[in-house]
Parts: sequence; C-alpha cells; structure tokens
Amino acid sequence: MIFSFETWQITIFSLSVGLASTLLILPFGIALAWLFARKEWPFKSVLETIVLLPLVMPPVSTGLILLKIFGRRSPVGQWLYERGVEIVFNWKGVLIAMAVMSFPLLVRSVRTSFAEVDPRLEQIAATLGASSLRVLFVITIPLAYKGIVAGALLAFSRALGEFGATILLAGNIPGQTQTLSLAIYNFIQLGKDPEAYSLLGITVALAFLFVWSSEWLLRSSKKA
Amino acid sequence: MIAPVSAWADDILVSAAASLSDVLKEIGRAYGSKGENTVTFNFGSSSGLARQIEEGAPADIFFSADLSQMDNLDKNGRLKLGTRKNLLSNQLVIIVPADFKLAISAPKDLLKSEVKRIALAEPTAVPVGVYSSKYLEGEGLWDKLKPKIVPVQDVRATLASVESGNVEAGFVYKTDAAISKKVKIVYEVPIDKGPKIIYPVAIVRKSKRKDTAHDFMNYVQSPAAKDAFNKYGFVVLD
Repeated sequence: MIFSFETWQITIFSLSVGLASTLLILPFGIALAWLFARKEWPFKSVLETIVLLPLVMPPVSTGLILLKIFGRRSPVGQWLYERGVEIVFNWKGVLIAMAVMSFPLLVRSVRTSFAEVDPRLEQIAATLGASSLRVLFVITIPLAYKGIVAGALLAFSRALGEFGATILLAGNIPGQTQTLSLAIYNFIQLGKDPEAYSLLGITVALAFLFVWSSEWLLRSSKKA
Repeated sequence: MIAPVSAWADDILVSAAASLSDVLKEIGRAYGSKGENTVTFNFGSSSGLARQIEEGAPADIFFSADLSQMDNLDKNGRLKLGTRKNLLSNQLVIIVPADFKLAISAPKDLLKSEVKRIALAEPTAVPVGVYSSKYLEGEGLWDKLKPKIVPVQDVRATLASVESGNVEAGFVYKTDAAISKKVKIVYEVPIDKGPKIIYPVAIVRKSKRKDTAHDFMNYVQSPAAKDAFNKYGFVVLD
C-alpha cells in the first residue's frame, strides 16, 4: 500500500463533496419523506417511483440522463454555462451525481423514521394550537432525529461510493473531479495496483465506519 | 453477429486500437466473405488491450497504435517471435465541435481562456494521449494546458467528448476526425514536427489458431486491405 499526498487529497476531496452533497439533499429529503409518510395525493406512487429510480437503475443510465440535462447542448446546461456555471467535467458535476444517487436512500430512511413517529402525538400538538410546520420541527423531527441522522449517514456512504454517474457527468480528472472510486478505477487501468489497494483500504474503512454508525443509531432509536 | 463456422474453420480474435474500428471491421468482413474463417474484433485503447493480453486474454493478434505497448508485450514474451511487423502510420490532429465559433489555428490557441476543457485519451498510457502530450511538451505548452485536460478512455471517447460539445477541443488521429461530421479539424500536426506514429501488429504467442492468424496477417498486408486503409486515411508503411 502507498499512502501519499495524492491519496489523502483524493480522500479529502471525496469526503468534502460527499458532505456537501448530503447537506444539500437533507432539507429536500426530509420534506419529501414527510410528505410521503403523512400525506396522500393522486398519482403519489408515480412520484415515489421516480424518487426511487436512481437506486435501482444502473448508475451509468442515471449519469447519462444527467449528462443530457446538464450538457452544454441542453437548455439547462446552456443557461448555466451563460452564467458561468459549469457542471460537466467539474466538481459541481460530482456534487450533483452524488446528490441524485444518494437521494433515494435518504428519503427511504427518513420516511421510515417519520412513519414510526406516533401520529397521535402530532395530532395532540395540533389540537393544542401548533401549526403543521411547528409540529414538524418541534415534535416529528426531534422524535425521528436518530433515523434522520442514520439516513444521512447512509446517503453519505452511498455518495462516497458513487462511480457510474460521476464518471459520465464529471469525468475522471485527477485533482479536479477524481473521487476515491474513480481513482481506484484509474489506478487499475494504469496498472498501478499498490496505489489502488491503498484507496481500497480507505474506502472499506470509511464504508464500514459510516454504515456501522448508521445501523447503531437505528437500533438505539428502536430501543427508546 | 455470429456467423456459422464449420468444424474446421476458425474464428480468430483480434485486439486492435480503437482508431482502427471502422477500417478493420470492413477488412474483416471482406476476409470472412472470401473463405471459411472469420474474425472477431476487440477494440479499445492499446494500453488496455495490452494489459488484457498480459492477464491472459485469448487474443490471437494484437494491433497496437504505438510501439511502446507492443514492446512491453514483446519484453514479457507474449508475442510469437518473428511475427511482429510495423504496418501503418497516422497523423495527429486537433479537433473542435463542428459548430465551434472560436478561431483556433495553432496549438498555442488552446491557451485561450475560452478553451476551458481539452479531451485527451489518458496521457500516460493510451498511444494517442502519449503522442499528444509529448508533442505538447515539445511545444512548451503541456504544463499550461494540463489543468484543462479531461483524460478519457481512448481516442473514440475523445472524439465523442468533442462531438458532445462538453469540451472545446480534443486530440485524435486524422482518420478518426474523418469519420465524424460533428467535429472539424482545426490543426494538423505536421508529420515532420509531430510524433512518429507507428501501428505495429503481431501474433500473440499463446494463440491456439496460429495458422488462421498468419492467414489474416497476410490478408491485412494484401493490396485489397491496403486500399481499405488508404480509403480511411491511414498511411501504409512498406
């Protein structure tokens, strides 16, 4: 194994963008999870399915869709480009790929946690005069917070492990968009196995840490 | 495409550089139609293909886009002795998307700030990337252009990136630019100033179908094949 400056640079880059991506999807994930857990509307299942798609579709398929949306020849891509925002072959592409691929995991986990909060507690708060938003922030989220954190940890791990969508949308540019998984792939392609194994060790250690923490939180929330 | 092969006819596997995709498929079809034997192609970056052969991939023939990949296999005893031959040459060009407005007429124009991203096949391993980066080093431009480089898998991935418009320029062979209507050549690296591009071909030592491999090797050097190579823009070496 070789632990060089490059190794740590790649690790820190992946952790930073992974963290940013998780923070980005957190408000949207919580909001959507709450709507799915508490509300009904026509064709709700269609939205649920769309949200779940990145979890089951091949990541390169999702990556291709993102590339079509954010590429320079598309309306969205062109609009962003004119404002100086570049997504393709840029760290922002890494951010979006991570966010989209980890979003379903967050929504699913948080939704389950919200569903486990006794709705009667929310109703009681409402009868005492609390608005929906107040109920959400004072009752529901505090009761579900362990599940939310567990979901965020899971989403973060998924973001770290993202490959297919990332390589299509952001490319494998050393020092600019190269995450841990992209770097492992690159080193293997170049026959640099020792460097690849160092990164492999890091990814296994990180994944173990985050998934274990996530599971521990879920177990401890059930005991309470 | 699976062609019915009779019991004593062979189907050989040829691992060839991505830039040879179209011309070899045509040559392979012609070869298959004139006899019992057929050819299956495995196209990719010469560096990736060489690695596959190192790891034991059952290729019968290796057709590389540079000498370095062939030399490595040779050094490790992976080639059948005496079958190695330098067959083709090519030319390096700079391409941009067909609808690109900015005027680029020389490599130093790539330094312009409007050129944000340049696609290049992995500059440390893939032949076209190695040729291009060495050329840019020689021109004193490599260090300044390096932050703009998007490394991709092979020359056809480079072509696709430029076609998509997500990069402003890319380095491919003249023969690759010729097959695409979505890109235009803005600079042809002069043959005498640029890298010496040589495509060697050889039979793999572990091939189990050496007779057919020899037969196809001969066909690839025939006048009919020569015409095909010239048609696509390759230079056939004597």
